[in-house]
Amino acid sequence: MAENLVTAPAGPPSADAKSRGPGNTVQHLLHAHPSLGPLVVLIVAAIIFDLINGRFFSAANLSIMLQEAAVIGLLALGQSIIILTAGIDLSVGAAMILAQMVMAGLAINSGWPVALAILLGLLVGLLTGLIDGVLVTRFHVPPFIGTLGTLGVFTALGLLYANGQTLTPGPNSLLVWTGTVIHIGSFSLTTGVLIMLALYLVVGFILARTAWGKHVYAVGDEPEASRLVGINTTRLLLSVYLLAGLVYAIAAWVQIGRVGDASTDISSTLNLDSITAAVIGGISLFGGRGVVLGTLFGALIVQVFQNGLALAGVQDLYQQLAEGLLVILAVAVDQWIRRVRK
Amino acid sequence: MTSQDENGPSDTSRTPVLAATGLTKSYGRVEALRGVDFELLPGEILAVIGDNGAGKSTLIKCLSGATTPDSGQLYLDGEEVTFRNPQAAQDAGIETVYQTLAVAPALDIASNLFLGRELRKKGPLGGLLRVLDFAEMRKQAKDHVSRMGIETLQDITQPVETLSGGQRQAVAVARAAAFGSKLVILDEPTAALGVRESGQVVKLIRQLRDNGLPIVLISHDMPSVFELADRIHVQRLGRRAAVISPKTHTMNDAVAIMTGARAA
Ligand SMILES: Nc1ncnc2c1ncn2[C@@H]1O[C@H](COP(=O)(O)OP(=O)(O)OP(=O)(O)O)[C@@H](O)[C@H]1O
Ligand SMILES: [Mg+2]
Repeated sequence: MAENLVTAPAGPPSADAKSRGPGNTVQHLLHAHPSLGPLVVLIVAAIIFDLINGRFFSAANLSIMLQEAAVIGLLALGQSIIILTAGIDLSVGAAMILAQMVMAGLAINSGWPVALAILLGLLVGLLTGLIDGVLVTRFHVPPFIGTLGTLGVFTALGLLYANGQTLTPGPNSLLVWTGTVIHIGSFSLTTGVLIMLALYLVVGFILARTAWGKHVYAVGDEPEASRLVGINTTRLLLSVYLLAGLVYAIAAWVQIGRVGDASTDISSTLNLDSITAAVIGGISLFGGRGVVLGTLFGALIVQVFQNGLALAGVQDLYQQLAEGLLVILAVAVDQWIRRVRK
Repeated sequence: MTSQDENGPSDTSRTPVLAATGLTKSYGRVEALRGVDFELLPGEILAVIGDNGAGKSTLIKCLSGATTPDSGQLYLDGEEVTFRNPQAAQDAGIETVYQTLAVAPALDIASNLFLGRELRKKGPLGGLLRVLDFAEMRKQAKDHVSRMGIETLQDITQPVETLSGGQRQAVAVARAAAFGSKLVILDEPTAALGVRESGQVVKLIRQLRDNGLPIVLISHDMPSVFELADRIHVQRLGRRAAVISPKTHTMNDAVAIMTGARAA
């Protein structure tokens, strides 16, 4: 401390200045642990909803919420990696639906071996990621615009391929394996839920513990500086979009298991929901900040609000209102955290 | 002192660590470089001065692989080289601190020092799973920073965005010094800093040179240039107008050549 006082008195007050108020402490805490905010929101919301309706914390209700959160949780996971690079993906939902129709279509309409059909569906997911990634890295299209374009393209391709059908696999098909219920104590989870949790663990680990993960943050934070220190930013961004695409295709498989069939008639709010979950989860839209654990909390928050408000007998409308307010709050908190530098 | 240039600035008896001949570079219709020659001798601090837009940053970007010249040759220890990207120049031992601070603010000091060169854990964890060895990186970063005598960087796990401008610049210089085995290029390292912080960076630069590392220093700060440099490359209108020595020329001479008021 003594040297610090001697060497930098003229500069701006250093961050470890002694005069740190309580607000400042919270700011630094959130800065160091970005998933703390959403965790607190999640817990507080859950407690309030349980006070309103005692069924909220029942094992059955918690199980349903987790099952409902699996698909959006996976989409938000892919979305988060892209947002970490200061990108955005508006084509998530469309990519998922396309992958889903290809899986089900090949298996049911074309009579492919189911495992092969699923594999091809995963490849389609990778391909959608590749297309988005190439647009962003090679053609320098801003992610917002590029994925807005592919949103249209993937949606159209999905509709063309599905041709209005709803494809229902047999109950023992590998396609609906992701919906298999697993009883753990009085909880009933599905394979889909476990797949989602496992992927969060894997991606979270990679982001936190490997050079690739560090580079994702660095590129989102300062792309030019990252390039100058020798990171191949093009290759890195491409790998990010590929990974996200793969995750979307896995979400497609989980979706088929959850619903029991495959159709293009899926909520059109998937794109925005995935962004909502990521942002509420503390992933900064400006890139380079946040952890995917926060996104998981974000996805659960969205689910808890939907479920809790429904149990409380409140109109849909208020759920949208609450979600909207949470997004605004999350972005405001993010802006505040960023000012930690001064 | 390694570089007592007894023969004056035009000493060519030693092989330059880094040399360039006839570099050109255009951005659209702007000719940033119009055939620049350049030599950096072993152990010296070579200052590069010139007016705004004279092509200083473009020149060093060509030397560091951040951009590729349209034409011209580069020689490292007398051997012709080409750098396709910054990585290639770094692999050859050339480290650069760019005018625009090349750090990732959200990452901590240790991560910034090792950015792009992270150390992996030993064994299958690092080999197969590519897990990073944070403990080792922090330890080495701490050692390095204290060996360089940078007292202001106390907590190596502090995010860079919580540091002052001078401290951030110290991180960037420390990074370059840690990995620059051949030479270090500094583009206006004191431009954004106050007097006191500039003083610290100047001290750091001198220390690097005393360790035997040749340095290219781009600066507008004439007193620092004349204090530090062994030789001065004067850049004017995309060309090298002259190479002068602080011993034989005054600051006024340098400014006169820089602005074209006087021929070299
Ligand atoms: N990326 C670029 N695109 C277009 N023009 C550029 C680019 N980089 C440099 N220039 C132009 O090239 C010329 C030389 O610029 P450069 O940055 O090398 O000058 P400089 O000597 O470093 O100036 P300063 O002292 O302001 O840093 C200027 O006219 C500049 O506008
Ligand atoms: Mg410049």
